Amino acid sequence: MSGKPRLTYLNGRGRMEPVRWLLAAAGVEFEEIFLETREQYEKLIKDGVLMFQQVPLVEIDGMKMVQTRAILSYIAGKYNLYGKDLKERALIDMYVEGIADLMQMILVFPFSPPEAKDKNLDSIKERATNRYFPVFEKVLKQHGQDFLVGNKFSWADVQLLEAILAVEEKVPAVLSGFPQLQAFKIKISNMPTIKKFLQPGSPKKPPPDDCYVEKVFKVFKK
Amino acid sequence: MAGKPKLHYTNGRGKMESIRWLLAAAGVEFEEEFIETKEDLEKLRNDGVLMFQQVPMVEIDGMKMVQTRAILSYIAAKYNLYGKDLKERAWIDMYVEGTTDLMGMIMYHPFQPADAKEKNLALIIERATTRYFPVYEKALKDHGQDYLVGNKLSWADIHLLEAILMAEECKPDILSAFPLLQAFKGRTSNIPTIKKFLQPGSQRKPQTDEKFVAIVRKIFNF
Repeated sequence: MSGKPRLTYLNGRGRMEPVRWLLAAAGVEFEEIFLETREQYEKLIKDGVLMFQQVPLVEIDGMKMVQTRAILSYIAGKYNLYGKDLKERALIDMYVEGIADLMQMILVFPFSPPEAKDKNLDSIKERATNRYFPVFEKVLKQHGQDFLVGNKFSWADVQLLEAILAVEEKVPAVLSGFPQLQAFKIKISNMPTIKKFLQPGSPKKPPPDDCYVEKVFKVFKK
Repeated sequence: MAGKPKLHYTNGRGKMESIRWLLAAAGVEFEEEFIETKEDLEKLRNDGVLMFQQVPMVEIDGMKMVQTRAILSYIAAKYNLYGKDLKERAWIDMYVEGTTDLMGMIMYHPFQPADAKEKNLALIIERATTRYFPVYEKALKDHGQDYLVGNKLSWADIHLLEAILMAEECKPDILSAFPLLQAFKGRTSNIPTIKKFLQPGSQRKPQTDEKFVAIVRKIFNF
């Protein structure tokens, strides 16, 4: 028995990607099982291992954890990426929730009808530039530290880097008005565990393509 | 200075209701400032007190907290409603995410287009009775205790009671196949702080009606 966390999801980003990022950032090796067919998914349900009949599923420390936020909170807590006290945790939670809202727009984008894609892309760009990135730019500017919370690397930093890179894939110059975030991106990307995750051959998944979208419908849609 | 938490939201349930429940269950008195017009919301935004330009916002312990989950997690931890260790917290988080998904469906129901309402209601009832309630019924059955996690009242129990009552508003006999949840409902409703919150005159908000839907659409522009 390996003792490593085991992730069950599709072979793509989706809702599991932040979990891959966080485990990787914490230097934790993990295994992955990829759902390829509806039958595999139905078997998981039948076996009773999915609390709410949904993935992501992460088997970790004897638990079959579901619900992305619950999984991420557990990993952050376990690997000391959740601040030193309740107030730091509150800040991390606020930042992470805001970023999750932005990431949600990116998550659903491939599933929008073709005629809505331009509008949705504009919304992502607008929200990133006007609502989300300014908050983190300001935070970094105000305290002048390398990390968002408590002068220490946390879940919030991992999540922010993931979001920056994801938005940049769609809007390449999105950081042009954000010098602090540009510096942040470089600094965090160069942390050893993150640098390793950003290299080819890591568990990091590529952006969703038509093939992935098809797979989602095949496995999950009734 | 009151020192009481101050809640900023519209005068209705929405995303703030779970926060009212949790504070009330913890026996914490709180104040509320209601957003009644678009201008009220604009003022909050212009004053720079909404981190991501959104409500709920709760002023608590010197922080202006936003993001419902962040606020709830903070309150749960502060008032010892978050389990005794990381694993109990993981279970509470998983359970709460499930009830959040269910209550989210119910919350959005009044905003559905008229021709989708019936189908949507059927889906809510189906999810409640086949995906969510069975999980909590089984949890209570497996350990035979009064509370979901760690034999002690936690955020998960309060959230579940809130979800049960909301689901019953959709279908009064929705718990008919869940004897343990019926007993749970009876017991938990009788906890003094919760009993008080369930009485008329408390800060619990009524079911969302057409009038409130119109106000929300006007204030938030959708």
